[in-house]
Amino acid sequence: MTTLVFIESAESKIKKTSLEAVAYAHAMGGNVVAIALGTVDKSELDAVGKYGASKVLHAADIKLDHPVIQVFASVLIQAMQQESADNLILANSSLGTPVAAKVAVKIGAAFASNVVELPNTSAGFVVKRSIYTGKAFSFVEMKSAKKVIAIKKNAVELKETGGSAPVSILSPTLNDADFNTKILSTEKATGEVSLPEANIVVSGGRGLKGPENWGILEDLAKVLHAATGCSKPVSDMGWRPHHEHVGQTGVKVAPQLYIAIGISGAIQHLAGVNSSKCIVVINKDADAPFFKAADYGIVGDAFEVVPKLTAAIKASK
Amino acid sequence: MKILVCITHVPDTTSKINFIDNNTRFDTTGVQFIIGPYDDYALARAIELKESSGATVTVLNVGLAETEPTIRKALAIGADDAIRVNADPTDSYFVACQIAEHAKGFDLVLMGRESIDFNGGVVHAMVGEMLGVPAISPVMKLDIEGTTVKMTKEIEGGKEMVEASLPLVAGCQEPIAEWKIPNMRGIMSARTKPLKVVEPKAVDKLIVAQKFELPPPKGAVKMISADNVAELVTLLKTEAKVL
Ligand SMILES: Cc1cc2nc3c(=O)[nH]c(=O)nc-3n(C[C@H](O)[C@H](O)[C@H](O)COP(=O)(O)OP(=O)(O)OC[C@H]3O[C@@H](n4cnc5c(N)ncnc54)[C@H](O)[C@@H]3O)c2cc1C
Ligand SMILES: Nc1ncnc2c1ncn2[C@@H]1O[C@H](COP(=O)(O)O)[C@@H](O)[C@H]1O
Repeated sequence: MTTLVFIESAESKIKKTSLEAVAYAHAMGGNVVAIALGTVDKSELDAVGKYGASKVLHAADIKLDHPVIQVFASVLIQAMQQESADNLILANSSLGTPVAAKVAVKIGAAFASNVVELPNTSAGFVVKRSIYTGKAFSFVEMKSAKKVIAIKKNAVELKETGGSAPVSILSPTLNDADFNTKILSTEKATGEVSLPEANIVVSGGRGLKGPENWGILEDLAKVLHAATGCSKPVSDMGWRPHHEHVGQTGVKVAPQLYIAIGISGAIQHLAGVNSSKCIVVINKDADAPFFKAADYGIVGDAFEVVPKLTAAIKASK
Repeated sequence: MKILVCITHVPDTTSKINFIDNNTRFDTTGVQFIIGPYDDYALARAIELKESSGATVTVLNVGLAETEPTIRKALAIGADDAIRVNADPTDSYFVACQIAEHAKGFDLVLMGRESIDFNGGVVHAMVGEMLGVPAISPVMKLDIEGTTVKMTKEIEGGKEMVEASLPLVAGCQEPIAEWKIPNMRGIMSARTKPLKVVEPKAVDKLIVAQKFELPPPKGAVKMISADNVAELVTLLKTEAKVL
């Protein structure tokens, strides 16, 4: 069995979630070939073998620096053909998921997204998916010979296998007609750490009273190297940018630690955070529903507790 | 211009999720069903385009008869007519095949970025592939000039401004438009708007759900005094091991 893993990169750096996809493919067994598209640092490509790939392909054409879904799908199919790959595995993302869907349709493979665990192959090929916005899971049997899987963050633990893999250049045919969307420009979100991928998230709600009070939250985020998030009303009122809004209709996060400050814990907000490993809630109301979903809670005024917490973390370093 | 809006019929966002029959079936007891919140954004943008440029709006749902009140609600919000493909929507590939079957001839196909039950986030990309047209998601802004569509797409850590030509498929999300609430006149006229029921095209299901599971119940919250935040830091380091 050969599995192709799509390695996604941003600013020449490989995404951690893509290394998780390599580790997932390795844990499934068989031969793992990874492929990166566009400009990527050589040292980053050299490191992919450490997570279990036996070979790394690099389609380095600069035309692939701006990802067009149709083009990426075509390149992955060419790589699957070259390597006689049975499966394609990648990380769920705004690029990976639609690319995977296209590849699956083209090659007649079953496709499962939001997969959270390794497959169970004791009877058929069954994967566990996250459904109902993290409120439940389903076990689905993938019935085709070829399979395409998009994994959710933290589906496997990232371990080094001690291996190494040679990097070779792939020169796929790029068809002009596949460049069917033109990327006019990109805008980077403010904030140093990207919210969907962050390991720690510090999030604020209407309890913070106004945008001018976000300083205490940003200070805490800074000492933790955390991304900042918020509840929906906070972004609706324009206190914070829309892409920071966490929940059912916003970003779904899956960090190690989620710190919720002045957020009541409405079910729609919880839908975006219930994949977090550990949840800390700071709220002045002891009856706030969020405490029921929390691992640790502090009842208190955010304006007093948060600066104290920032100081305590600084002191503990 | 002809717009097709694909809507799901999903449990209201506050629903408690439960399964019955040995965890093989979703328990609908006491659950209220709504138009998927992202599909509602798609519908709202379609209605805006109808109002500004005289487009026609058709809604489509792949679902059994119980979804009709949800489809009628979309008609009450302002869609002109509706199609229901009479099938249980259990697999995104199956659903995409049904949508592709009816989407030919439409200039613009709007969907939500994802359904909130299945959460595949894939039907738009599959339909785009089947129709041979671009599929872009999640789209936060969509404007049409002639046959050119300018969109703002959310990506991890930012936004991408993209351009493509009609026909295309877009998966919508906030803040593309404001959700619309049906008014009395809309509700009255929805009753007589055409709702065509068609049988599904035969498609092999590629994935089959065997059973469902709820996450393990959360352990009790550990409360820490506001005067002792240092203890929280210690617990996060030594007990939760997340710092
Ligand atoms: C279809 C639908 C989708 C939705 N999607 C989302 C979503 O994706 N994300 C989302 O967040 N919401 C979503 N909502 C809205 C959601 O229902 C809640 O209204 C929202 O999450 C509440 O935001 P909040 O907790 O910031 O505000 P509030 O509910 O007003 O809570 C503020 C909290 O701050 C506390 N507080 C006040 N002062 C202080 C202080 N000084 N120190 C400490 N604590 C203080 C209060 O005790 C209170 O608990 C959605 C709603 C609907 C209907
Ligand atoms: N049963 C269905 N009927 C009509 N449209 C659907 C159906 N399922 C999914 N869609 C559309 O496809 C989008 C993405 O769904 P999904 O891939 O399931 O997350 C949804 O937001 C809808 O617009």
